[in-house]
Amino acid sequence: MATFSIHINGSTKNIDVDPSTPMLWVLRDHFNLVGTKFGCGIAQCGACTVHLGENAVRSCQLPISAVGEQHITTIEGLSENGDHPVQQAWLEVDVYQCGYCQAGQIMTASALLKKNPNPTEEEIEGAMNGNICRCGTYTRIKKAVKKAAEINQNT
Amino acid sequence: MTHIKTKQGRRAFIKNSSLAGGGLVLGFSWFNSCKPKVAEALAVEIEMPKEWYEINGYLKIGDNGVVTIMSPNPEIGQNVRTSMPMIVADELEVDWKNVVVEQAALNTNLYSWQVAGGSRSISSSWQNLRMAGATARHMLKEAAAETWQVPVGEVTAVGGILSHEATGKSAGYGEMASAASKLEVPEEIELKEIKDFSIIGTSRKNVDGKKLVTGKPLFGIDVQREGMLIASVVHPPAFGMKLKSYDAESIKQMPGIRDVFTIKLYNDDFKKMAFHFTAFNELIVVVGDSTWQVFQAKKALNVEWENNPEVTDTMTMFGNDMKVTFPAGMENSEDHTAKLKDITSSKIKVARKDGNPEAAFKNAAKIIERSYSCPFLAHNTMEPMNFFAHVTDDHAELLGPTQTPEWMEPAVSEVLGIPLENIDIQMTRQGGGFGRRLYGHFMVEVAAISQRMKAPVKLVYTREDDMTQGIYRPAYYATYRAAFDTDNNLTAFHVRAGGIPESPLFANRFPAGAIDNYLAEDFTVDSNITTGAFRAPRSNFIAGAEQSFLDEIAEEMGKDPIDFRLELLKRAAEDPVGEKESNDYDANRYAGVLELVREKSNWKQAEPGVHRGVSAYFCHQSYVAQVLDIVMENDTPVVHKVTAAIDCGIVVNPDAASNLSEGGVIDGIGHAMYSGLTFKDGMPEQSNFDRYRLIRHKEAPKKIETYFVQSDIDPTGMGEPPFPPIMGALANALYKATGQRHYHQPFIKEKQIIG
Repeated sequence: MATFSIHINGSTKNIDVDPSTPMLWVLRDHFNLVGTKFGCGIAQCGACTVHLGENAVRSCQLPISAVGEQHITTIEGLSENGDHPVQQAWLEVDVYQCGYCQAGQIMTASALLKKNPNPTEEEIEGAMNGNICRCGTYTRIKKAVKKAAEINQNT
Repeated sequence: MTHIKTKQGRRAFIKNSSLAGGGLVLGFSWFNSCKPKVAEALAVEIEMPKEWYEINGYLKIGDNGVVTIMSPNPEIGQNVRTSMPMIVADELEVDWKNVVVEQAALNTNLYSWQVAGGSRSISSSWQNLRMAGATARHMLKEAAAETWQVPVGEVTAVGGILSHEATGKSAGYGEMASAASKLEVPEEIELKEIKDFSIIGTSRKNVDGKKLVTGKPLFGIDVQREGMLIASVVHPPAFGMKLKSYDAESIKQMPGIRDVFTIKLYNDDFKKMAFHFTAFNELIVVVGDSTWQVFQAKKALNVEWENNPEVTDTMTMFGNDMKVTFPAGMENSEDHTAKLKDITSSKIKVARKDGNPEAAFKNAAKIIERSYSCPFLAHNTMEPMNFFAHVTDDHAELLGPTQTPEWMEPAVSEVLGIPLENIDIQMTRQGGGFGRRLYGHFMVEVAAISQRMKAPVKLVYTREDDMTQGIYRPAYYATYRAAFDTDNNLTAFHVRAGGIPESPLFANRFPAGAIDNYLAEDFTVDSNITTGAFRAPRSNFIAGAEQSFLDEIAEEMGKDPIDFRLELLKRAAEDPVGEKESNDYDANRYAGVLELVREKSNWKQAEPGVHRGVSAYFCHQSYVAQVLDIVMENDTPVVHKVTAAIDCGIVVNPDAASNLSEGGVIDGIGHAMYSGLTFKDGMPEQSNFDRYRLIRHKEAPKKIETYFVQSDIDPTGMGEPPFPPIMGALANALYKATGQRHYHQPFIKEKQIIG
């Protein structure tokens, strides 16, 4: 066990866990931030996606010992009032079916748009390809990413 | 107006009481009027029951006019938590923005068919949800009439406001809710005319949307409680094996581990219902403080396994006993294929025969024969199996994702030795179902673990547990034959279909009834691999096979594939072959979706470079036709567009229904194209998404358009019907694009063809 000081969603939290513990489980079991989802545990499905700095990363493969001073943003910290352009777009398009993968989809999409505010269809497909949606909402996800880019440009 | 009697005959009012804080609570329970039909529909789709059930609606009106509508059924992504309350709200005549939706707990007194299965949530509750709203509306009107001393017939209710035009009086529902709650339930009420619906038939957004996009706890795996422990189970690595011995001490000292022990789910004399099915009856349990610690400890556990003998089990399926044999031994996919291909004639059973197919084949000028197959599939809900339980001496609280709370309750009761009335089951939102959560052994497991630990416990499966301890889609195989005369007319049709361990055949579905000489046969092969319902059971294979074969027949006859199907359907409508009403489908509605998809896809004028396939199928009382467009890009087929036409009766929430259509299309393309679970020495060869391939974003169609047939028929199934036919449309379009027919799923294994 070791003590870590983690910057998360704008605040700093202290935690005493095994250094190999993936951030996914630190978030879910210790910080009660359960919006980040467990899907596969091997970085294949994207349900656990969070932002490490400005990058979308799979928190199931991110040991707490590797985080250091970098800031983590989870779905709960993406916006104060749930009105990030990507969240607005997801609501407008009514993307979800079961909804379980969507936090990960939103975190991947918001990281994409931060780096590339106006992605092409191919760039969206490329960025989103690591996030599985078992219900098959891919066409809506793509529509919502485009819509979020529009909202960004109009604000 | 449709008048409907609320008390006489088949229904019984059971509860009408004021809430402490003022307000109206209504609960109904009444027997469904068409029991046998319901039972038949179920038996066809998911091999279910012979008899059934009660159903009801439930609502609360607050004194401020806010209405809470309970959503009784499990929400697995089919959007019933939005669409079921919409039906109540429409008849209640309340503004949708004043509606709060709550998930109802399992309550067999108030509700029935609290099941996510058979695409029946809306259809089985349609009348009852309407009545729940309409009865409340009527009682509110009566309360206003009494208060204002005016005739009830002169009181109107619109958008949550009661008014009396002549005196100019008006009041919100909240003001009259308390008075209404003291009234007798009316003997008869009026339901709205379909043309007067103001919420049904309009698109309303998912009531959980905001919570979903902000990551609020909604799912079973999100449950947290004070003092809650985490548990996980260790199961045999192969089907055909069981626990021999294990060394608990090898992991007990690991950090955060509280206990390691075994549980046995069911005693030998417990008469299991089919949904109590489980792959492994005895499991090792690891309990600890956190999920990661438990998962790590599981990996470090020393265990020895041994071979299981052959087991014969009797399970009941809604009153019918089924004897199931699970052979000993470690099975291999190669052997499965061989067994399906080389089935001995003594195992083949005739399911339907019209005319003289033997003679027609004997006298045929030409016969074509094709075989189709598909592998086992794991459901792979994105949220792995999990459940929460807190069991005390005489009470059990369970909370989590299940498609069948009611059917699992007796099993939980049996294993705990706690009476049914002391078991409280509540449902969370569920990260997918697809049939997997019909089999709630994990509820029994967590209850037994909590009882032993005397603590609240959340059981969590790893993805590997979820994929290798499954209740899989069976492997199926079908051989089709068609006979032609010298004029190239279709004279006979023969299907022989089987599977491990069930046949996918629906003998009375299309094209039965459209061909004079018709023979349908089926067979089964025993296995110790656990299988069960997977989205559109059996249809999820046979639709694609049949629709691919019809495409080849049409080609053989030189006919347009839609025209060819319409000709058959015309025959089935005007002069059906077979016993009266022996054909399951309505040929005119079937033809209707084909005509609609032909029009909307602009079938006859495909753009240059677009290769199209068509498919149409009936299941869950609904009709779906799909046209799939492929364009070759860099020698790789890419699905550009799918056009779907659907007849599912009245559409409650059109945009949400379109979402299900899109999901069914993508799910169907994905499973036909990429997915499969194979076995070597009893072990699944895929245990996570690195080797089990699910469709991904790039592989989905660029565009999906869905058109609904305008209908006044009561709603029928929507969750499952869009899934099966697309596999046929895909195979038929691939043939047009590449010249290669595809017979064996996943198609990607036949040739590396799609990028």
